[in-house]
Amino acid sequence: MGKIVEFLDYTFEYSGMERPAVEGVSFSVEEGEVAVLAGASGSGKSTILRSINGLIPHMYPGRRSGKVTVDGADVSSTPTYELARKVGFLFQNPENQIFMFTVEKDVAFGLENLGYEPEVIRRKVDWALGLLGISDLAKRSPSELSDGQKQRVALAGSLVMDPKILVLDEPTSLLDPRTAQDVVSLVSRLNKDLGLTVVLVEHRLELVSPMADRMVVLSGSRVWAEGSPAEVLGREGLHEVGLSPPAIVEVQKRLPSGDGLALDVDGFVRRFLADVGHRV
Amino acid sequence: MSVIEFEDVRHRMPNGVVALDSVSLKVGRGEVVAVVGGNGAGKTTLLKHMNGLLKPSSGRVTVFGKETKEESIARLSRRVGLVFQNSDHQIFSESAKEEVMFGLKNFGIPPGEAEEKAGRALEYYGLADLAARPPLTLSGGEKKRLCIAAVMAWEPDVLVLDEPTVGQDYPSRSRLFGVVQGLASSNRTVVIVSHDLEFLWPLSPRTVVMSKGRVVADGPAREVFMRTEMLRDAGLREPQLLQLSRRFGREEPFTAVDQAAAWLTERGRAN
Repeated sequence: MGKIVEFLDYTFEYSGMERPAVEGVSFSVEEGEVAVLAGASGSGKSTILRSINGLIPHMYPGRRSGKVTVDGADVSSTPTYELARKVGFLFQNPENQIFMFTVEKDVAFGLENLGYEPEVIRRKVDWALGLLGISDLAKRSPSELSDGQKQRVALAGSLVMDPKILVLDEPTSLLDPRTAQDVVSLVSRLNKDLGLTVVLVEHRLELVSPMADRMVVLSGSRVWAEGSPAEVLGREGLHEVGLSPPAIVEVQKRLPSGDGLALDVDGFVRRFLADVGHRV
Repeated sequence: MSVIEFEDVRHRMPNGVVALDSVSLKVGRGEVVAVVGGNGAGKTTLLKHMNGLLKPSSGRVTVFGKETKEESIARLSRRVGLVFQNSDHQIFSESAKEEVMFGLKNFGIPPGEAEEKAGRALEYYGLADLAARPPLTLSGGEKKRLCIAAVMAWEPDVLVLDEPTVGQDYPSRSRLFGVVQGLASSNRTVVIVSHDLEFLWPLSPRTVVMSKGRVVADGPAREVFMRTEMLRDAGLREPQLLQLSRRFGREEPFTAVDQAAAWLTERGRAN
């Protein structure tokens, strides 16, 4: 264990903009953690994600200070193809990253680009498709798939590269609640089974806070809070920084103070009944 | 009188997929109707029939008593205003104000009156200070409100919103909630297509559930949301306040956080 992603007093201002997108940001993610990045629109979340996979500074010009380290490498001096092996990226809309005619070709794309042997590619693709439960879709055209299936194909395309870190930018915002829950459970399983570190941006906190180890909240380009989801969601002023806390969290904050915060309904009800019973 | 009526509507896409099947539905004047369902359930196809963007393969859709097959999209749009999910697909003017003026001018409203209506709409949706800004520099929430303002400026009889809360942060969600509440209390007809039951639950509107192109439930939210199995099959999840109500065996479910907190506080004291 150790810090696998680390931001140290990091500032980035896109060329042509009048103020930095992120300013003086310091936080870190431990290896094997699930970290949720939250905050209002325009608070700097996407800039943080782009700074982890090296799109910043390698593709987006701008003014930069401070340091971002990913798996021991300084992002600014590491070429993007090397970062691409460490960091898998999943966008909000899988349409933006799926472009081959069959699922297996799409999943194989990154490996083919790196010049792997066909046999190795086949093995890795089969493994990833199996892991995500979509082996039966291998020969299908991605365009015929449902949104949830497309999201899995895009995820498989990242996993074959054997990344250490998975970065997800609002992976569920276009999905219906059940499919969104499936994707979140899947990401949680990949984190546990493969030890993948996960960094994700998500607005639907009721979905992700129960499975997260760490939450970092950005507001006005700076880190507003960092800690466990229960610590962070327990704070005052969440609405002011653009967060919609889960209804169950809102309820608990209006109750006479208890210890800590339950992040889902079952957890809360168990605690409430135990507490009430205790006092009888 | 119904404002919009679907009679046994079937819609077959060019690729042969049946996106709507045996859909019958009436939306009355002044009603707020939520259309919910999973991805691919046919919600957006349904909505595009409401202003004639799509026509039924069989069956009839009538808007204010006129069959959509016989009306132009322009005439229908004047009465049924549609706000798309992706604001960027709707916005194309140089400034927020021009964006709002565009529809008004298109409908032949004289410049002076258009100017006045645009100003009022921008003011009402909290965008007056941003009137001169290029829309693409606005935040996601501001763009969404601009799209709504641009449609509401020409005062359509019906407002149709497609997934208005997707990707919206708290300030934007709560403003949106206020907008919908305001429209509901002023007797406007509103159709909201959404899978965001956490957002819809405190409003508790009439709710139509779609699954695989069919309407599988239609009734008050409090009745429809109680059918857990049906919701799950339709790709949806119970809102947390409803889960909580159920866990405490409440017949009258909590629809507001304060209400739940007050009841739990009381219950905690009683023991």
